[in-house]
Amino acid sequence: MLKINNLQAGIEGKQILKGIDLEVKPGEVHAIMGPNGSGKSTLSSVIAGREDYEVSAGNIDFEGEDLLDLDADERAHKGIFLSFQYPVEIPGVTVTNFIKTAINETRKARGEEPMPANIMLKKMREKMGLLEIDNTFLSRSLNEGFSGGEKKRNEIFQMAMLEPKLAILDETDSGLDIDALRIVANGVNKLKSKDNAIIVITHYQRLLDYIVPDFVHVLHKGKIVKSGDKNLAMELEERGYDWLKEGVEA
Amino acid sequence: MEALKDKLESSFLVFENELNGEAEGTLHARRREAFQRFVEMGFPTKRHEEWKYTNLKPILKHDYRVFVNDEQTVDFSSIKKYFLNDVDTYKLVFIDGYYSSWLSETTHSDFDICTFSNMLTKYKDVGEKYFNKALPEDEALAAVNTAFAKEGAFIRIKRGKTVDKPVEVIFITTDHGVETMAQPRNLVVVEENAEVSILERHQSLSEKEVLTNTATEIFALRDSRVNYYKIQNDAPTASLIDSTSVRQYRNSNVTVGTYSFGGKFTRNNLNFFLEEEHTESHLDGITVIDGKQTVDHHTLVDHKVPNCYSDEMYKGIYDESAHGVFNGKVMVHPHAQKTNAFQQNNNILLTDKSSIDTKPQLEIYADDVQCSHGCTIGQLNEDALFYLKTRGIPEKEGKALLLYAFANDGLRNVKIPVLRKKLNRLIAKKLNVNLDFEL
Repeated sequence: MLKINNLQAGIEGKQILKGIDLEVKPGEVHAIMGPNGSGKSTLSSVIAGREDYEVSAGNIDFEGEDLLDLDADERAHKGIFLSFQYPVEIPGVTVTNFIKTAINETRKARGEEPMPANIMLKKMREKMGLLEIDNTFLSRSLNEGFSGGEKKRNEIFQMAMLEPKLAILDETDSGLDIDALRIVANGVNKLKSKDNAIIVITHYQRLLDYIVPDFVHVLHKGKIVKSGDKNLAMELEERGYDWLKEGVEA
Repeated sequence: MEALKDKLESSFLVFENELNGEAEGTLHARRREAFQRFVEMGFPTKRHEEWKYTNLKPILKHDYRVFVNDEQTVDFSSIKKYFLNDVDTYKLVFIDGYYSSWLSETTHSDFDICTFSNMLTKYKDVGEKYFNKALPEDEALAAVNTAFAKEGAFIRIKRGKTVDKPVEVIFITTDHGVETMAQPRNLVVVEENAEVSILERHQSLSEKEVLTNTATEIFALRDSRVNYYKIQNDAPTASLIDSTSVRQYRNSNVTVGTYSFGGKFTRNNLNFFLEEEHTESHLDGITVIDGKQTVDHHTLVDHKVPNCYSDEMYKGIYDESAHGVFNGKVMVHPHAQKTNAFQQNNNILLTDKSSIDTKPQLEIYADDVQCSHGCTIGQLNEDALFYLKTRGIPEKEGKALLLYAFANDGLRNVKIPVLRKKLNRLIAKKLNVNLDFEL
C-alpha cells in the first residue's frame, strides 16, 4: 500500500528526515515512536502533503502512485488521512458543514455523486455513537473552544466519516485522560479492517495498549534506528530512548 | 467634473421648467435649496477629509446623459434573476427612472408601498414632514439627488402594522447606447410600532458607463422595526453613490445591511441619527470584490441622546487589485450617557495588490458609556487551509469556506431566509465556487 524509499526532507534549509524507509501493507498497524525532535511529525506532514517541507530525495509510493506529485487534497482523495496533533480551530465553519464539504468534494474528485443528505445524517449519527459524541457537537464551529479530548475525538470522527485507506494518527494520545483515550482507541479499532492500514505516531507506549501495533519503529534524528514488534514498545517504555540514541551516535 | 457640474446646472433649469405648477410648491423649494448648496460646494475632491481615499474624478469625467427620455420596456424574464423569487414580495420596479406598473406589485391598504412621485402629488403632507429631513446638508452628491428627486420608492407603514411580506425595490438602467446617470430617491416612513423589511438593488443592463446617484431617507418612529438590505452586485461598467440616512425615535430598532460584490465603483454614505432614547441600530456589511473594483463605506452613528445601542460589523475580502475603504464614525454627544456603541471592521487581503484603508473614528464626549471598536487586516490562515486540504477539500473550495466563515457574521441580521440563501449564493459565485455554505 505505502512504500517510502530513502525519504529525505527538511524545512527552511534544515534537514530533518535523513533517509526513511518504510513499507505498510493493508490490514497492518504500524507505530512510529521516538523522542521529541526525532522527525515524527515531519514524517506525517510530508506524507499528508504539507507544502512547507521540501523533499530533497526519495519517494513515497501509495498504491503505485508517487504521492509527492500530488497536492494534499488529492492525497486525501486517494485515501490518505492525517489526524492532527493540534487540530486547527476554524470559527464560522460548523462540523456538519465541514464534513459534508469534505465528503462531497472527495466524491466529486472520484467522479461520484454527492452523498444524499439523509444518508449523510444517518452515517454521522452512527459514527457519533461510536465516539460517544453528542448532537450539539455538529452545529459547533470546527474545533473552536473544543477541549483537547473533543478535538481528538473530532479527528477520529472525521476519519470514521471519510473512511481512509491509510490513516496517520499523529500524537492522538497527547493530552488525553484515560477515558478519552479509551474512547478514541476504541473508535480507531472499530474502523480497522483488512483493507486499511494505520500509522500511529506516539511518544509513549500507553496508546499502544489499546491500539496494538503489528510493527514498531523507532525514529531518531531523522532515521528509523530500530524496528520490531509490540515488544519493542514495551522495552522503550522501560528503558527509555537513550540506549538507542547511543547506538546511532557512536 | 466641471463639465458634469455645468451639465447638471443646465439640466436643473430644464427640470424646473417642466415642473409647471409644482415648481411653486414648498417641496420644490427644498430641491432648489439643495441645488444651490451643490452649486456652492461642487463635487468633492480628494482634498475633502471624507473623500481622502477615493477619487471621484474618473467616475465623474464621463459624459452622462442626465435625463433619459426614450422609455424602454424590459421583459420580466431578463431581470428575474435580480428578484428574490421563491417567496412572495411587494415589488417596486423602475426602468430608467420610470415606474413600471407592469413589473411591480404595490399596495395601499394598511401601508403605502408605491412611488415617490405618487407621494409628491397624493401625500404632500408626508412630503412636507419628511422629504430631505434626514439627509445631512453637507453631502454634495446627496444634494444633487435631492435637487432632481422625482421618482423612486415611497414606503409608509401605518401605525401598528407589520408588512406581511418583504418589499423589493429594483432600479434598472437599460442600454441607450450612451453613458447615463440615474438619481433614484426613496422615502421610507415606518410609523409607531410598525414593521417592514426592504431589499434594494440597482442594476444596469447597459454596456456603457452608468452612474447611479441614489438617496434614501428612513424614518423609524417610536417602537418601529425596520430591516433595510442592499445588494450591490451591478455590472462592471456601473458605479453607485448611495446616501442613506436614518432617523430613529424612541425604542425603534433598525438594521441596514449592505452587501457589495459588483460594480466598478461603489460609495456608501450611511448615517444613523438617534433622536430619542432606547433605540437599537445595526449596521452590517459584507464586501467581496476583485479586479479593479472599489467599495468605499462611510458610516456615521450619531448618539445624540442617552441609552441607545448601536452595533456595526463590516467584513471585507479584497482580491486582485481591489480597493476597499471603511470609515466608521461614532459620535457620542456630551449628555448621551449609557450609550453602548460597538464597531468592528475586519478585512482580508488576498493579494499584494489589493488594499484597504480603514479608519475607525470614535468621538466620545460622555463619560458613562460602553464603546469599543476593532479593526483587523489579515491574510488567510494557511494552517487552516492545509487542514481542509487534508480532508479532501481543494484549495479553491477551502479558501472559499474560510472566507465565508470569516465574513458570515455580516449576515447575522438577515432575517429573510431566501435572502440569506441568495446572499450565500452570491458570495459563493463571487468566490468562484459551487458550495452551499449553510445547511
